[in-house]
Amino acid sequence: MSEPLVEVKDLKVEFAVRDGIVHAVDGVSFTVYRGRTLGVIGESGCGKSVTAKAILHMVPKPGKITGGEIIYYRRVRNDGAGQTTEPVNIIQLDPDGEEIRKIRGGEIAMIFQEPMSSLTPVYTAGSHIGEAVTLHRLIPVRKIGDQMVETIQAHRGVSKQEAREIAIEMLRRVGIPKPQQRVDSYPHQLSGGQRQRVMIAIALSCEPAMLIADEPTTALDVSIEAQILDIMRELQETTEMAIMFITHNLGVIAEMADEVCVMYMGKEVEQASTVEIFYQPRHPYTQALLKSIPRVGRKSRERLASITGMVPDPFHLPPGCVFHPRCPDYMPGKCDHLMPSWTQVGEGHWVRCLLYEEV
Amino acid sequence: MAEQAAPTTIRAPERKQISQSYWSLVWWKFKKNRLAIVGGVLIILFYTICGLFAEFFAPYTLQYQSNYLEARPQPIVFKDKAGNFSLRPAVYGLRSEIDAKLRKRFFVVDETRIYPLYFFVKGQPYKLFGLIPTDIHLFGTDPADPEAHAFLFGTDRLGRDLFSRIIYGGRLSLLIGLLGQILTFIFGTVMGVISGYYGGITDIVVQRMTEFVGAFPDIPLFMALAAAIPVTWSPIWVYFMLTLILVFIRWGGLARQVRGIILSLREREYVLAARSFGASDRRLMFRHLLPGTLSHCIVIATLMIPGMILSETALSWLGLGLRPPLTSWGVLLQEVTSVRSIRFAPWLLLPVPFVILAVLSFNMLGDGLRDALDPYGGR
Repeated sequence: MSEPLVEVKDLKVEFAVRDGIVHAVDGVSFTVYRGRTLGVIGESGCGKSVTAKAILHMVPKPGKITGGEIIYYRRVRNDGAGQTTEPVNIIQLDPDGEEIRKIRGGEIAMIFQEPMSSLTPVYTAGSHIGEAVTLHRLIPVRKIGDQMVETIQAHRGVSKQEAREIAIEMLRRVGIPKPQQRVDSYPHQLSGGQRQRVMIAIALSCEPAMLIADEPTTALDVSIEAQILDIMRELQETTEMAIMFITHNLGVIAEMADEVCVMYMGKEVEQASTVEIFYQPRHPYTQALLKSIPRVGRKSRERLASITGMVPDPFHLPPGCVFHPRCPDYMPGKCDHLMPSWTQVGEGHWVRCLLYEEV
Repeated sequence: MAEQAAPTTIRAPERKQISQSYWSLVWWKFKKNRLAIVGGVLIILFYTICGLFAEFFAPYTLQYQSNYLEARPQPIVFKDKAGNFSLRPAVYGLRSEIDAKLRKRFFVVDETRIYPLYFFVKGQPYKLFGLIPTDIHLFGTDPADPEAHAFLFGTDRLGRDLFSRIIYGGRLSLLIGLLGQILTFIFGTVMGVISGYYGGITDIVVQRMTEFVGAFPDIPLFMALAAAIPVTWSPIWVYFMLTLILVFIRWGGLARQVRGIILSLREREYVLAARSFGASDRRLMFRHLLPGTLSHCIVIATLMIPGMILSETALSWLGLGLRPPLTSWGVLLQEVTSVRSIRFAPWLLLPVPFVILAVLSFNMLGDGLRDALDPYGGR
């Protein structure tokens, strides 16, 4: 197993709004490994995006991180051969401080859902990438000693000219045609797919250790989506970058993720490798989700399955397991009283369901 | 299959520019507005004539006093010294006459004397930009003839040429508008951005401040602040203080407008995106949010300059602004505070058309800018 990069432990995020407290994220734990992809799926409003923002310590206003830890294993550059990691608890950093700003973008980058509006309209594509690059990227200065080919690496900031060259290079890498011209284009001159590529180029320009992609392809059509996913995978192979991929598109997850984490109402309900999730889903919610995908070539005339009932009101969560009112395997007397715990059902396969607990 | 190299085989013809930049669109739209062009040209003329080259365009220096007190404007004629038609413009001389009934001396136009006007003549020495010593004026009378004089707009009570004084006065009046507006612009937008971006307590404090300043009656506040300027200060400091007072009273409006725009802009995704790439608050405010308000601010600022100019004129006229050793349009108008001067020297009101022209030019330019800076909008 590769080394862990970000470890989220029992994360809790609450939003204190007028009608009460919403537990947007309620005890989520997962680990993202270097060079691997974690897919996070779930319905709208289940806390996926909030979890992602919590990793960057950017929970929006009324929200507050009330518990848990997010440990980021930061690589320390050593003069010697090896590289050691130093754990940083992101939650304990000042959300407006220097330290977290270095991590944001520089070490953990994020791509948002709306490529149309994620670029500041008054700046060109190139100046966006240049901004990220000048904020974070350091270029090694190599000096060669007299006798031995000794390489001393110091680091300095990037000049404007270099930033522009990096920007062009990044645009080329994400597959934008004529990058020398496109670097001077304003966001309104680019198409949706191009803007999302620019976003990816910005995110990748500082060679982050982790990329959080929050539904990066939702606003794009399928052919562009396929290209974007290819670019992300390619870059992951070359840079050992970890990806946290948030989506509700199960097809994309199947293609991209190594592991999958299924969330429901701020809780993780199941976590396993992608293959396990798709072939042996344990949690009734995961099973229902998978059944709700239309399949090409399905013969029967039966209607497409949907999950019965509605997403519960976040202020009045049902007692016991939050999913029990909609659950096809509801066990009266158990599910509506007992909180299921995080149980291991196979190798690396965890479920939060009373079906797999001895009670 | 879709990824095969189909796009590379078809080569689009190379074009130099893919689409117009924002500013070329703005310029293109601005050009179509005749009135705005006129306003812009007039403003440029005003600032070059009055601001930069006042000494050159004015036939007399600011200190020059003639023996012709309250002389009426000398009309321009196209005659030579003998009285025959000539292309060279000339002015009639002045002759003093005593009105027995009013017991007052008047100057009347003497058609027997004709002084031709020459261009680029040597006149009184001055320093261009305060540096280059020269004595060339745009026009003037024959320097060889000491009797010759040309007061196109007449003279004031001390025999000073009003035309020259209007040009010199324009310098201070127009500069106070520009300087004051630049300071207001900086102060107002910065306060607006801070107020809108941080919200909460900061917002409340800034907004109550603008309301307090805005709710204060203008004239008493001016009087109080102007009275606070020590009399012993040099005129330049008084001028500067007056500018600051104007800024202090006027920044609120701009700050509120900027705040309003920032409140809507800061919720945009690109702010979140920039934050996720590690941008600091200051960077977000001034690099990502402020540019979004600029087109609006430029228009507001242009439309506010006339207000500045008028305030200076009004204050100086009331005796609260600039004081006589300095010359501005308001100071010039201070001489026409009585019915007597309007009855006997109505030409002293001639600064008024210039104030009106300057104010109208700024308004026309501002209106044109407002339409042009939103080139993507319809209309």
